[in-house]
Amino acid sequence: MGMPQFAFAAGETIKVGILHSLSGTMAISETTLKDVMLMLIDQQNAKGGLLGKKLEGVVVDPASNWPLFAEKARELISKDGCVATFGCWTSVSRKSVLPVFEELNSLLFYPVQYEGEESQKNVFYTGAAPNQQAIPAVDYLAAQGVKRWVLAGTDYVYPRTTNKILETYLKDILKVAPEDIMINYTPFGHSDWQSIVSDIKKFGSAGKKAAVVSTINGDANVPFYKELGSQGVKATDIPVCAFSVGEEELAGIDKKPLVGHLAAWNYFMSVDTPINAAFIKDWQTYTKNPKRVSNDPMEAHFIGFNMWVEAVTKAGTTDTDPVLDAIIGVTVPNLTGGYSAMLPNHHITKPVYIGEIQESGQFDIVWQTPGLVAGDEWSDFLPGSKDLISDWRKPMSCGNFNVKSGKCGGAT
Amino acid sequence: MQKILISILMVFALLCGAASAWAGTTDLVNALGPGDFKAREQAIAALAASGDPAAVPVLDALDAGKLYMRKADKVVFIIKDDADPATLIDPATGQDAGTAPKATLEKVKVNNALRGVISSAKGGLTLFSPDVATRKAAAANILKAGDASAVDTLEKAIAAEKDPSALALMKQAFAAAVLNSSRPDADKLAAIETLKEVGDRDTAALLAQVANSAEEPVKSAAAAAAASIQSGLASWTLVQNFWYGISLGSVLLLAAIGLAITFGVMGIINMAHGELVMVGAYTAYVTQQVVTAYIPGAADYALLISVPSAFIVTGLLGMAIERTIIRFLYGRPLETLLATFGLSLVLQQAVRSLFGPTNKDVSAPSWMAGSIDITNGLSLTMNRIVIVAFTAVIFFGLMLLMKRSPIGLQMRAVTQNRPMARAMGIKAAWVDTLTFGLGSGIAGLAGVALTQIDNVSPNLGQNYIIDSFLVVVFGGVGNLWGTLAGAMALGIANKFLEPFAGAVLGKIIILICVILFIQKRPRGLFAIKGRWVES
Repeated sequence: MGMPQFAFAAGETIKVGILHSLSGTMAISETTLKDVMLMLIDQQNAKGGLLGKKLEGVVVDPASNWPLFAEKARELISKDGCVATFGCWTSVSRKSVLPVFEELNSLLFYPVQYEGEESQKNVFYTGAAPNQQAIPAVDYLAAQGVKRWVLAGTDYVYPRTTNKILETYLKDILKVAPEDIMINYTPFGHSDWQSIVSDIKKFGSAGKKAAVVSTINGDANVPFYKELGSQGVKATDIPVCAFSVGEEELAGIDKKPLVGHLAAWNYFMSVDTPINAAFIKDWQTYTKNPKRVSNDPMEAHFIGFNMWVEAVTKAGTTDTDPVLDAIIGVTVPNLTGGYSAMLPNHHITKPVYIGEIQESGQFDIVWQTPGLVAGDEWSDFLPGSKDLISDWRKPMSCGNFNVKSGKCGGAT
Repeated sequence: MQKILISILMVFALLCGAASAWAGTTDLVNALGPGDFKAREQAIAALAASGDPAAVPVLDALDAGKLYMRKADKVVFIIKDDADPATLIDPATGQDAGTAPKATLEKVKVNNALRGVISSAKGGLTLFSPDVATRKAAAANILKAGDASAVDTLEKAIAAEKDPSALALMKQAFAAAVLNSSRPDADKLAAIETLKEVGDRDTAALLAQVANSAEEPVKSAAAAAAASIQSGLASWTLVQNFWYGISLGSVLLLAAIGLAITFGVMGIINMAHGELVMVGAYTAYVTQQVVTAYIPGAADYALLISVPSAFIVTGLLGMAIERTIIRFLYGRPLETLLATFGLSLVLQQAVRSLFGPTNKDVSAPSWMAGSIDITNGLSLTMNRIVIVAFTAVIFFGLMLLMKRSPIGLQMRAVTQNRPMARAMGIKAAWVDTLTFGLGSGIAGLAGVALTQIDNVSPNLGQNYIIDSFLVVVFGGVGNLWGTLAGAMALGIANKFLEPFAGAVLGKIIILICVILFIQKRPRGLFAIKGRWVES
């Protein structure tokens, strides 16, 4: 197997779609994911491609424009003939492409943590479901003595649904009184955090330890953290635990006042494993930038891509239906030193980590789940969703099977 | 002979004692390495109990994430900097201990709970420091944490303290420590009285915490004290909201004031105004990079240097835009709008290609960090104070320029009656270019200020363009005072609405109010005559 590049059949390539915004508000996060996919495709080609053919990444730019995501997805599948697509970041972009992938029966690998309450036949959720990020984070904070909770988020579907799950969880399971929960939503790109941060300070001075659970997304995080720093809110007093702030997002902030604030993810760049060290080295060589950071959604793409490669190899074809059957149960190494498996509900198993921000912009892992956590598509804490399960294996083949009524379809 | 023997023996004993003290500290330091956070907490407590001043730098290093354990033999070292291989320092002696590759070392991690433990442990160790500031910081740490284990140490420190301000702080810290200790209720009630006078938010939190856990009569006394502090703080809420309103208003004014000239005075709908702000912010970033690279000593003043450089860069860019695009479109507002909108996209993408899509960090100079406490209920953050002052300087500087300088006179002349101005020998086309350049330059200044509160990304300008137009139209097109009034009114209204309506609804309410107002007074708060209004 010395020179695998000779193994390619002439003129035949397998096309893989890359559907990430390269312009607009989400470009800040998604451009990186496009790069990492191209790197993974390069690496696979260097290993001899797939089924004896060369892989080719087809990049399109949906420009942070949600309807355009659907159009570009259709273009990738119908016009370019992509057999699988890796893409989307925001939940609204995912929701807008769902009908396209269903109609054209193609595969989407979605790499970002999301609000759950969904399981679609053509979609693989390689990011975290709420029980793989939000719930463990709240458990960790509660174990640290937190008694008052600020749920702060950007005003759209992911924070709203996640906070609904968290609110129910706090009230029903952790028995938190309603006056000890403060919920606050802000518009996208909100930049004036003075009153909110001062409200949080006030809320935290009632004699019970308070913490902020932040589902604030995108650009708004920078002014939020800047305001926390200048109003002197320290992590030892009121820690902020974020679900969508990673190494990339911290790059634009002065980290000194933020040391000790938390993030919950399934991967941190600082994880000390040989496979992660190799991945980071490859990534920095590929981008020709020795300072480039890696983050959780990149790992999700790494896992998703390898699962797809494995499934195609197992099925011996790139056709959708055989791959759909083959991929359930596929297990590939993740970057944190373990193995992730594709579950029948199209979610995966992953470990959960809590990290504290360091001055270097990296996270120190202060807590992790003892084992892997299986992604739960339908939350156990929301009424209506409690009784639903998803299993895409035959003969059930259903994304929302109600165990009470024994019927497929319909939340309630 | 015997004497000599005894003294030798004594020296020997002393040496042994010293050596064993060092060895003891070394063991205590090494105990920090292995084990989980719980074990580390005990190790810190043991280190603090040793009373060895050598423990302070170790705790500092642990807090700063500079304490590492050699994987091979589990010996703990302080590392000098972030270099790889790391330079090791022996924690007990402070001597150099050679170097080691980072991969052979493991960081001794801390979490938030441990940071609290470290800070109160350090408090106990530094209460007797010869430096007054260090002693005060130690007392402040204990005051905040209400660390009961510090009671006895504090009593000794209070007896020894000479500095009156440090003494006062130590007495408060003592009161806080007593509240959490097992001292009799009478002591605790006295402590509550002492703390009530401190009256800040941390003390209120401490008292409320005691009120939640203590027994009567301490419980009700603490609850009453906490409530009285809280109500004292609450009376400042109005002033605080007003200040927040002013500081939001000055950000809006900064973003809008350049537009007040290009749109208000010249009547050009410049959709690329936000991007000029963004270019100003990126100029500040580049200036800071250059200054820190070539004159590291002046890094703290890089932001000051970027004020003129941003003005020049965006001013020249604005003049170029006027010469190449705008001047062909005078009198055709819709086409100007489209052309400048296109330009805004071009500028955004150019910056994205040049600097990448990720945020850039313009670090805050040390003189802009932190906040000042006016009273216990009101603390103003430094960066906002600087921005309000900066805005005031720009506003009045611009006012002076427009009203008192020859170029200002010419600008107003060209705006009010172009043919007449030309007849008087004013080069109207050149004045147009200068006016547009001035508006753009001021947009660049706004960009410099915004680096301190918002993120420097290609989208920076987009977030402000709507607000800027809103301010200018609401305030009255063509009038600088109107722009000031408009910005402040919107800022303050926003901050008084936000606590009741929330940020999302607050913004919507403001927008509806402005729409209704414009219906009533289409020319805004202050209407004035100009080329734009005449037609």
